[in-house]
Amino acid sequence: MGRGTRARSPAPARPAWAVPVPAGRLPPPRGRPWPRLPPVLRRSCPYKMAAAAGLCPYRALLARRGGALRALCGSVRGLAAGPETHFGFQTVTEAERREKIYHVFENVAKKYDVMNDSMTLGIHRLWKDILLHKMNPSPGTLLLDVAGGTGDIAFRFINYVRSARERQLQQKLKHHQNLSWQEISESYQEDKFKSLGDSQVVVCDINKEMLKVGKEKAQHLGYSEGLSWVLGDAEELPFDDDKFDVYTIAFGIRNVTRIDLALQEAYRVLKPGGRFLCLEFSHVSNPLLSRLYDLYSFQVIPVLGEVIAGDWKSYQYLVESIRRFPPQEELKAMIEDAGFFKVDYQNLNSGIVAIHSGFKL
Amino acid sequence: GRACLSHTEPRTRDGRSGEEEEEEGWYQLYPGHIPTSPLQKALLAAGSAFMALYDPYRHDMVAVLGETTGCLALPNLRDKMKHHPEGYRILQERPRIRLSTLDMAKLQGLPDGSLGREYIRFLEDNKVSPDTRMPPKFVDDEELAYVIQRYREVHDLMHTLLGMPTTILGEVVVKWFEAVQTGLPMCVLGAAFGPIHLSARNLQLLATELAPWAIRSGRNASCILNVYYEQRWEQSVASLREEIGIFPPP
Repeated sequence: MGRGTRARSPAPARPAWAVPVPAGRLPPPRGRPWPRLPPVLRRSCPYKMAAAAGLCPYRALLARRGGALRALCGSVRGLAAGPETHFGFQTVTEAERREKIYHVFENVAKKYDVMNDSMTLGIHRLWKDILLHKMNPSPGTLLLDVAGGTGDIAFRFINYVRSARERQLQQKLKHHQNLSWQEISESYQEDKFKSLGDSQVVVCDINKEMLKVGKEKAQHLGYSEGLSWVLGDAEELPFDDDKFDVYTIAFGIRNVTRIDLALQEAYRVLKPGGRFLCLEFSHVSNPLLSRLYDLYSFQVIPVLGEVIAGDWKSYQYLVESIRRFPPQEELKAMIEDAGFFKVDYQNLNSGIVAIHSGFKL
Repeated sequence: GRACLSHTEPRTRDGRSGEEEEEEGWYQLYPGHIPTSPLQKALLAAGSAFMALYDPYRHDMVAVLGETTGCLALPNLRDKMKHHPEGYRILQERPRIRLSTLDMAKLQGLPDGSLGREYIRFLEDNKVSPDTRMPPKFVDDEELAYVIQRYREVHDLMHTLLGMPTTILGEVVVKWFEAVQTGLPMCVLGAAFGPIHLSARNLQLLATELAPWAIRSGRNASCILNVYYEQRWEQSVASLREEIGIFPPP
């Protein structure tokens, strides 16, 4: 079996979508400063190995110049000159990255929910429920769910607000035990049309296919009130300033090319007093769990992608993009940079997923 | 690091630019190649076997099963091809059967009973096209990837030579024939588990007539991959059958 052997042909065929790095031009570093793991674990950290392998041309440079350059480059990362960025472990231009990500989600849209369930063994539902509990929306809240594609957060929001509304109405009824018939009939008329209490959720996504799947799901599950679907780019939202009470982005900010722009837009469209909530895969600090997680991510998830969705490469991209995403503290710093206050994060499952929260004051 | 982690490295190779030197020998060997670790191959084999049974229309799963389990049978096939003059030529020239390489008008103009005409008739009757074959992704050797690609493209010609349609019964019969011929575990599994989806009548037909005939023909016939079909479009199906050693269908 040819496993691990060098190819006999002189030059390996390059896949059509590989981008050559121009000779002599070093791409600006995109990695985050490494968490300083003890040497034994550092050597075997797949993220580091992978990134070192992927950014080979400038690894030699860094090795020679040492930590000082690395620190400098790390701080310059957010303002990196040139349009080059990462797609999983590859280096691509920003425009290419946007296109590739669009295609990834176009391909996976139909099987998105099935794959989520099989990859996370259904735990993603708990994560999204916890996000909603943290949000604790009251009836009358206006929610913007960005990258909300298939509508998971939106539907949960509607359910939450509906049950909150019902509780509200029940409380009101309890206090209305000694009213006259006139007053009772008036109160019925008031509340008849407000099962959601004026709450609304706008689902915004850049990908038409994901929105399509979301709309079909909504129809299938019977959600119609208080829900709207908008095609839009998180880096340039088609909404006015100071409009929304809550902004959420669940498992979407990882796919945004310019996270800083997305955060600025989030700040812009939120009302003063509004809340920013971000649910995203993050970094696991526990070394044992981290190794198990890496094993599962790199060995099992692409296989699941191939078997269930017939698409290995999209799920390969998914696990690579998780490794590329900034860790909790760094994302917290970026959110603070965008102007949010009281920024905090909550790790779920020891850091496999984290909820970041900030307020516009 | 641990053995399992050393396999995470290859995943990063996917799509690396050609300029960068490979350090451990795991990289793309041919367009569409996805290097996989043994654990991934095992998971793929199990998953694709289950999915192929669960949803018989997932042809890509059958293909993946063939690639991941063929590590012993494919080198055997390749050696058989190498030791035969016509098979050796095929390995050198690497012909592909695709709509772009086939001259449809010329093949349709051939007389009835010739291989070309019957093949076109088969494609039209069953509404299939040679372009729907999946390219190999998980075979870790470039030549073996071609062998399995050739096997897939010749599959339709097998249907023509055996006179079987693309119904489940027809596919199972061809799988029996190919299982004996190639020894690919995917064919063996397909032949053994394919009949699950058959009705009782078809099952009886398969057991009493078709399967024994397919097995006898498979045993008697020379290696089907050793025939340069592209040069034999004018040959009649009957004479080609005789030459290869396939018994006339019941």
